[in-house]
Amino acid sequence: MKFKKAVLVLAISANLLTACSSDEEKDLGLTDGSQGAAAGINDASTSGLSNGSGYSGSSMGGGAGGMGPGGMGPGGMGSNNMGPEFSDPNNPLSKQTVYFMLDSSQVQQDFVPIIAAHAHYLQGNPGQRMVLEGHGDERGSREYNIALGEQRAKSVANMMKAQGVSESQLDVVSYGEEKPAAFGHDESSWELNRRVELVYQGR
Amino acid sequence: MSVFRAILLCGLMALYAPVSQAEMNIEITEGIESALPIAVVPFAVQGAGMPVDVRFVVNSDLARSGYFRTMNELDMHSRPSTADQVRFNDWQALGQNYLVIGQIIESGGQYNIQFQLFDVYKGTQLLGYRLTSAPTELRRTAHKISDLIFEAITGNKGVFSGRIIYITSTGGNKQRTHRLQVADTDGFNAQTIATSPEPLMSPAWSPDGRQVAYVSFERKTAAIYVQTLATGARSKVAEFPGINGAPAWSPDGQKLAVTLSKDGNPDIYALNLSTRSLVKLTQSNAIDTEPTWSPDGSHIVFTSDRGGKPQLYIMPSSGGQEKRLTFSGDYNAGATFSPDGKNLAMVHGNGGDYRIAVMDMATRTVNVLTEGRLDESPSFAPNGSLILYASRKGGTGYLSAVSIDGKMQQKLMFDSSEVREPAWSP
Repeated sequence: MKFKKAVLVLAISANLLTACSSDEEKDLGLTDGSQGAAAGINDASTSGLSNGSGYSGSSMGGGAGGMGPGGMGPGGMGSNNMGPEFSDPNNPLSKQTVYFMLDSSQVQQDFVPIIAAHAHYLQGNPGQRMVLEGHGDERGSREYNIALGEQRAKSVANMMKAQGVSESQLDVVSYGEEKPAAFGHDESSWELNRRVELVYQGR
Repeated sequence: MSVFRAILLCGLMALYAPVSQAEMNIEITEGIESALPIAVVPFAVQGAGMPVDVRFVVNSDLARSGYFRTMNELDMHSRPSTADQVRFNDWQALGQNYLVIGQIIESGGQYNIQFQLFDVYKGTQLLGYRLTSAPTELRRTAHKISDLIFEAITGNKGVFSGRIIYITSTGGNKQRTHRLQVADTDGFNAQTIATSPEPLMSPAWSPDGRQVAYVSFERKTAAIYVQTLATGARSKVAEFPGINGAPAWSPDGQKLAVTLSKDGNPDIYALNLSTRSLVKLTQSNAIDTEPTWSPDGSHIVFTSDRGGKPQLYIMPSSGGQEKRLTFSGDYNAGATFSPDGKNLAMVHGNGGDYRIAVMDMATRTVNVLTEGRLDESPSFAPNGSLILYASRKGGTGYLSAVSIDGKMQQKLMFDSSEVREPAWSP
């Protein structure tokens, strides 16, 4: 019976966004507003969306980094407007992905001729721009993989610049492990994901 | 009884998770042998039926805390709901140290919940509360009850009424949708706070829990945003050429340590959020990234590959005097301090496996806590007792929690097979 005396009356608030301290628990006023907090999160999802100019690819023309209008997705360079050499499997221009070894941003010998061919093309077409998208496999921590992906893309950019491509034709972006080309979780997928994609921008 | 509960839970999902449909199961894969036995008796309910099984939520919270071994209700010989019905001898005979009883009375659309916690051996009440809850707040009220019980017995603050933030992805490569979501610590009540067809990354709670910093590629280059949870309003705080990543709040909430590569290679900067001024903290020609502040604000630990492989380094938070911290394993990255600053959790790679490890900052001893192959993104619970992290088995990505001694492990399963980068609210 003595425990009945010990039963405290407490109004509880579920207002998780203003993490309640134990002192606040004794504040009876906290029962109000708990619904508001939950609704606020819902608002965030919608207002975050509607405010986000540039969420869709078509509205990214003025985006930072000076990318061309109507930026194409990875691999979306479209041989339609790029000439037949880009779809000829015997032409190195048909290959637009450079692969890397684990935790390495060193360009392997096999890919040197491919990079050279694209560098040559860019030199001959000074109005053409390219985004070098660096990627990594899923192993290890995500932000480190962003850094690694950028190093890979810069390795390719540096080779192209050494061959005379203007810096203004090249943009570098790293997606780390966030945009895998293959969705498996073993070496056969990982080796496809450690890559730089050479993405020609629409003219 | 269990069928009834399953129906209730299904109904709940429809009500509470309209966006994500995040259905979650919690599976305790390992427990501590020294866990304290506690019996949470099903609460007596008067009035309208309950939209949430409060007792079930409390029982699950206590079980997954790692401190308690909860009793199956089928093994109970009696189901007292008031103190005069309790016979302590019975519960002693069942090997229980603690007993929780309660009753719920519905009136006028509100629920009045009364519960009591007893020490079975002393035969005394440790805690007694009467709470009022709206139907929509029942789960949160249940988590609050768990926190009260946890604190009364362990002396440490409970963490169940906190929140977690994480990222999910759905859809194939061409129509991928990335979502930043906030949920209760058991994964229920998931709400999406940002959606983008391009990757979202690295969510970080502000020290007051009101804002979240994260990286978004929505403009096809990286930018760092700070979003206020209650309103959804956000501001872009960094969009320099190259990497804008790894935001980490200073303990006073005034600054973000960030990774920028605008000067050529990734370095760590301190960004003052009110003046937007930048101070460059690292100068190496290698990768420097993933800053994390010590809780007293005096130091920053970060990942660098200046020695060839990624390892952790520590420097004063004003920069300079960088010292290497990790020497075991061939990969140590993505560090985060425990709330008391005594431990540092990290991703520890050795022989191709990536696991969560903890360094004791006093002795610099490293203890590997997990056994996955692709474990990453450790985040401490605010009382320092658990580390939440992302893991993967086969094609399924999930969130897991491990006690800092590694003895208790639990798995939180989402519907989405791509759930990652969890962070526990302060």
